[in-house]
Amino acid sequence: MLRGLWRLAWLEIKIFLREPLGAIGGIAIPVVAFVIMSRFGGPKMANVPGVPRFIAADLPIFAGLLTIASVVLSFVAIIAIYREGGILKRLRATPVRPYTILTAHVVVKLLFTAVTLAALVVAGRRVYPLESGVPIVSFAVALLYSTLCILALGFLIASLVPTARFAQPIGTLILYPMLGLSGLFLPVEALPAGLRELSRLLPLTYAVSLLRGIWHGEGWLAHAGDVGILAVMFVACLALSTRAFRWE
Amino acid sequence: MPPPAIHVAGIRKVYGRTVAVDDVSFDVQPGEIFGLIGPNGAGKTTTMECVEGLRAPDRGTIAVLGLDPGRDAAALQQRIGVQLQEAQLQKRIKVWEAVDFWASLYRRAVDGNHLLDQLGLTPKRDAWFMTLSGGQKQRLFIALALINDPELVFLDELTTGLDPQARRTIWDLVRGIRERGKTVFLTTHLMEEAERLCDRVAIIDHGRIVDIGAPADLVARHCPDRTVVVTTGDALAVDRFGAIPRVATVTRDGQVVTVRGSGADLVTQVIHCLAEYRIPVDDFRTELPTLEDVFLKLTGHAIRN
Repeated sequence: MLRGLWRLAWLEIKIFLREPLGAIGGIAIPVVAFVIMSRFGGPKMANVPGVPRFIAADLPIFAGLLTIASVVLSFVAIIAIYREGGILKRLRATPVRPYTILTAHVVVKLLFTAVTLAALVVAGRRVYPLESGVPIVSFAVALLYSTLCILALGFLIASLVPTARFAQPIGTLILYPMLGLSGLFLPVEALPAGLRELSRLLPLTYAVSLLRGIWHGEGWLAHAGDVGILAVMFVACLALSTRAFRWE
Repeated sequence: MPPPAIHVAGIRKVYGRTVAVDDVSFDVQPGEIFGLIGPNGAGKTTTMECVEGLRAPDRGTIAVLGLDPGRDAAALQQRIGVQLQEAQLQKRIKVWEAVDFWASLYRRAVDGNHLLDQLGLTPKRDAWFMTLSGGQKQRLFIALALINDPELVFLDELTTGLDPQARRTIWDLVRGIRERGKTVFLTTHLMEEAERLCDRVAIIDHGRIVDIGAPADLVARHCPDRTVVVTTGDALAVDRFGAIPRVATVTRDGQVVTVRGSGADLVTQVIHCLAEYRIPVDDFRTELPTLEDVFLKLTGHAIRN
């Protein structure tokens, strides 16, 4: 069914690593931001008045969201470039199935999410020692799940952008305001009424709620709603993009 | 006669208000190189992509190796090889990786190393796709089209943008494909390429087939005129040539005598005449019409506009 999936995923990993700027940059940005902010933020500042929550108690969630944004933007760009270059069309003329190509890229992106998270764990081992019982496994699962759901949004963006040149800027224009409204920087309740409603329609809001809850040990059951809504948004984005997507 | 490798009957494809392909019909016989020729935008690629199963025609029927390219796409893809116009691969994919991956996609595959060797790509095995020259890229695309040992190979504008030497190399490779018993269906807007490579061609213009036949037959059918230019000091040459049947005009400009007429044997007749009357010849050349002239005559416009 998914003939060639693992081979293609492996091939795409090798190709991705040959472009050092893209590969290292994608991992380095969240890690460097995390390291710098953990110098004057992190848990020790959690209860200090005037220090924003996202650089104190929620710093890992902030790093997680940067990772998601970086991975999804790279996914949008790569799909747009592959389409424009005729690579998708060329592969479509072989027995490889179209969804296999997309799945291979999703696999690669999830793998890089995991690698980025591992780098974050290493970089943050003094601030968040694993021995202190941080819920790293649950957090990793929540991060990968959120990434997967938001990759579907990335696929929708890639389906709608006309050319590869606009893919990255348009993706940034859509994703970064979502970050702003996600409740990470400002509590959703503190937003003006209109923006609050808008924020409830955005998948990143639920990703933040899920990651934050899991990190602070609230458990999966308490966040089943976030998981469910992310799943619905995943399916909706996928359904919309399969209608809008063009192979060339 | 064996069943045709490709049978296309009355296909039509419309994009918005543009009719890209209009009532196109042709057959491609097993073992031949068949060319779809015409200017850019004539409907060549659309027709080819309908036959490959990448597009669905709005009307008409297509059978490829006895299969319906729309319905039996999976079965057909195992038996055909495709090179697409202006396709790219991942910039940083290595040549051997592409061949290896392609080979893994098919139930049956030929030896990739042997194929790279045949196409002269062995020194480039470990090179990234983006570092290849235009000719090397096209040879790689031929390799990918041949990896599953297909019965039928599609080549869309294979030599566009290549220099003349690279083009000749590619032509030899395509003839090699035919010699291995495969059928080749190609498109080109280069009349010279069609004339040198194709056993038969279909001329397409504005989405319609204008005529189909072997290049030489098309020339004989539509442009029977022949011109022979002889440089000679013989004052009687004009009269001698004028007596040859089917010679239309003979003109003299200094020592240069131009003989115009029709019929495939005009050149032979002129040579006989030169021998019979022992006319001294300083120079002798013929001007034969080409597919380019046929195209101009059939469509009223040059292929490059």
